[in-house]
Order: sequence, then C-alpha cells, then structure tokens
Amino acid sequence: MVEVKNLCKNYGEIKALDDISFTANSGEVLGFLGPNGAGKSTTMNIITGYLSASSGTVTVDGDEVLDNPRAVKSKIGYLPEVPPLYPDMTVEGYLSFLFDLKAVRLPKDEHIREVMCIVKIDDVRGRLIKNLSKGYRQRVGFAQALLGNPPVLILDEPTVGLDPKQIIEIRTLIKGLGKKHTVIFSSHVLSEVSATCDRVVMIHNGRIVADEKVGELSETISGSGMLELEIEGSATEIAQALNAVDGVRKVTRTASQCYTVEHDSDKDVRRAVFCAIARTDGAILMMRRGGMTLEESFLRLTERGEV
Amino acid sequence: MGAIMKRELGSYFHSATGYIVLGVFTFFSGMFFYFYCLYADSSSMTYVFSNMLMIVLFLVPIITMKSFSEEKRQKTDQALLTAPVSLTGIVMGKFFGAFLLYAICNSVFLLYAFIIMLFTTPDWAVILCTVLGMLLMGAALIAIGIFISAMTESQVIAAVLSIGAGLLIYMIDSLANLVGVDFITNILNAISFNRNFSNFTYGVLDLANTVFFLSITAVFLFLTVRVFEKRRWS
Repeated sequence: MVEVKNLCKNYGEIKALDDISFTANSGEVLGFLGPNGAGKSTTMNIITGYLSASSGTVTVDGDEVLDNPRAVKSKIGYLPEVPPLYPDMTVEGYLSFLFDLKAVRLPKDEHIREVMCIVKIDDVRGRLIKNLSKGYRQRVGFAQALLGNPPVLILDEPTVGLDPKQIIEIRTLIKGLGKKHTVIFSSHVLSEVSATCDRVVMIHNGRIVADEKVGELSETISGSGMLELEIEGSATEIAQALNAVDGVRKVTRTASQCYTVEHDSDKDVRRAVFCAIARTDGAILMMRRGGMTLEESFLRLTERGEV
Repeated sequence: MGAIMKRELGSYFHSATGYIVLGVFTFFSGMFFYFYCLYADSSSMTYVFSNMLMIVLFLVPIITMKSFSEEKRQKTDQALLTAPVSLTGIVMGKFFGAFLLYAICNSVFLLYAFIIMLFTTPDWAVILCTVLGMLLMGAALIAIGIFISAMTESQVIAAVLSIGAGLLIYMIDSLANLVGVDFITNILNAISFNRNFSNFTYGVLDLANTVFFLSITAVFLFLTVRVFEKRRWS
C-alpha cells in the first residue's frame, strides 16, 4: 500500500507539486494522469526516494521514505521515464547487476530468466543494450523494475515509444501484475488509463483534480448523462421536440444531422426522445448512450482547474 | 556496494578506457624503468616512482571522468539512487571500482621488481613502501576526480577540471617557492602531493603522509555524498 500525504515540492520559485494526497491500495492499479509537466514524474521520483519532498510524507507499507529509505526502496520496482540502462552492457549482464544491486534474495539465474520471459526479452539476452530498439529497451527497463518481485511497482509512462502491439502487451502485463502488486503508472494517454486501471488520479499544475474509480469517473464530473443522436429532418423542429422532452437539459447540434443531448443522469430519456422524434417528420438514424469520454472529462477538469 | 564496484571495474574493460589507461601507465613506467634502472644500471626504483606522479595526474582523470557524469547523462543514476543502497555505498562502490583499476596498473611495478631480481636483490621494503605510497596518492586523486565528476553531466568537463586540479597539485611546490610569505609557504608545502609522496619513494613510511592522503580521500568522498544529498533536496 502506498500512501501519499500533503506532498509539496518546490523547485526554487516554481511550485511543482501543491498538496498532493492519494492512496494506492494493494492489488490495485492506479492510473496517474496528467498533461506534460503536470508533476507526474516528480511525484513518482519522490515516492521512490530519488527526490525529496519539500513537505509531506510518503509511506509504503507502513515505512516512511525519509525515515527508512532502504526498506521503502527494496519494496519498490521503479521504471523511470527514461529507462536507466547502461548501453555498454548486455541485457543479461545488466539484469544481473541490478539483481545484485537490489540485493534480491531469490535464485539468481532462475529469477532473471523468469523476468526475461515475462517481458519477452529472452531472445535478446546476449545483445548489447545500445544495439536494441526503443521497444526492447523499454522492456529491459520494465524487467529491471520487476526484479525481486517488489510489492509495489511504479511505472512512469511505460508505453511511450512502443508499437501498438507492444502497447497492448504491456497493458495486459500491467493488468496481470495488478493482481499481485500495487501498481502506480502514469500516462498522458487517457484511453490507456481507462483500459488498464481500477482508479484514476488526475493531476494538473501540481494539484489533484480528480481521484475516482474508472467507471464512475465521467458521471461524477459531468453530473448528467449524455445521448448522441443522428436525426434526419428539419433542425429547428427536432431541437424543439428534443427540448420538450422531460429531463433533457441541453441540446447541442454538433454536425448537420448530429445532436448531443445532456439529460439528468437519474432519468432514462431514450424512450421519450424516440417518441418525441416520431411525432415529427424526423427519423432517428442512430442513438447512442455516450457518457463523456475520459478525454472530455479531462479537458473539463483541467479547464476548471485553471479558472 | 560490491555490485557497483564490480560493474564499474567491468565497464572500464567493456570500453577502451581500461586498456588505454593500462597501456599508457605501463608504457611510461616501463620507459622510466628502462632509463633509470636498466640503462643506468641501478637497482633503485626511486626515480621511476618520482617521475610517475606526473603520469598519474593525467591518467586518474581519465579513469574518473565518467564515473558519475555518465550516470547522470544517461539517467542511470535513477537506478542507483532508487535501489536499496545508501549514498555512501554508491560512492564507495564507484571509488573502489576506479581504485581497483588503478591498483591493477600499479601491479606492473612488481613485475619490474622481479626483473631486478634477475640481476640483484631489490630493496623490497623500499619498493613495497613506494607502491603503498602510489596507491594512497592515487586514492586521493581518484576521490578528487570522482567529486568533480559528480558535479557535471559532461565527461569532457569532468576530465578537463580534474586535469586542471592535477596540474595545480603538481605546481604547488613551485608556488610554495614563489610565495614570499612563510606562513603560506608552509601551508602549501604541507599539502604538497609531491612532498608527501617523496617520503614513500625513499622507503620512509611516515604516519603523517599516510594520514594526509587518507584524509584527502575521505574528505572528497564525503563531499561527493553531500553533492547527491543536496541534489535530492533542490
């Protein structure tokens, strides 16, 4: 379990983190979401003990990172934004070095082979890291974080620079790891977070703007359900009909035949909408219940944060 | 610490650095050995060693220049600093890695001693004492080099600054002669590497000289740890 409390970090005049608090429970995949420069990496660097916070505390399984850095560090596997690889070492040599460095107490050769199989790098084990492609390097960095089966994994943008197939593989891997480990991973790709995480912490300009379960996220933020419609017919007539439906809050025409309807989230207005349109000349070509996508809610949140 | 030391030593031999340093060291020591011992028909290696100071001043920066600067540039320091190892452990690992390479260089003197053995009995006490002096002086220079390397991201800057520091150390004796003030001259003489080292080359094992080099080593390793400690907080 990772508990972050009232974390602040100042770089000189600049306030990089401003009172960040959140908790990642064991067996949970926590997505850390934010635009570039929001403070994601800084937070992760503080949790892993690479940087120290200006104020606030980080506790991992009851150990405080400043009081007991060794205990905390041995519980964390960390994949930084740039994987910390030595280009002049072979994959196997590198992993062997980190195994020794982390003082892992497991059968060495067996464990390294196991980790290499998990991230699928056993075919390049003898190659020099400088000759590997970006995707392979990322995976070697991933392997390094997995060494010693740490209970907490902290991954800073683990899918950057990978091809779509590898991205899906890494996501599946993270999901699988989330069953046994506490995983905190950052991303600025929103669909990735919604596909992999149980919970999302959104951060913007060093502040937390949302901390919710993935499924509940869009509803809480918008406060209302959404319908997407494609309707043939006269625009004024249709708008009138839609606005007349009980529970509808707002109708917007997004394209010539496309409308978005915001309605009270506790009411299902689909049937009423259907009947209302049927009474006009119009015909519903498509109706889709669309909660706000993460992208949309994210934009809303960050705009609100700036106000 | 052991893991870092092992990797550090290995990295010298993954690249050309280790071989070049060994080669240059052997070349110059061999040359001095030939002229001052074989050619001059002498069993005393004192002049060989006293001439090595200059070579060591140039070689140590080559050994230490990338020790921390390269880690920082490649961001591999993140792996070291987030591993369950203390800062002191990391710095000591780096130091001993570099020191071992330097010690391997110095082992060539034993070979020269064996060559002398073919002709006459070498003065083992003097030779071993001098090698100890070489190691102590090298340790001090390596600590200074590592400290400089920890402050920059560029190997070249680290090398240039370290060689600059080396030249300053080399010139301390001349500076001491130039300065007219007795007080300053005494201080400069006390911190002169040449003076502190020369006792070893005569086979004099003086506690003061030993402590001098050990304290320089300790001070600069301590400062290196502080550099990292400070970076974490800034």
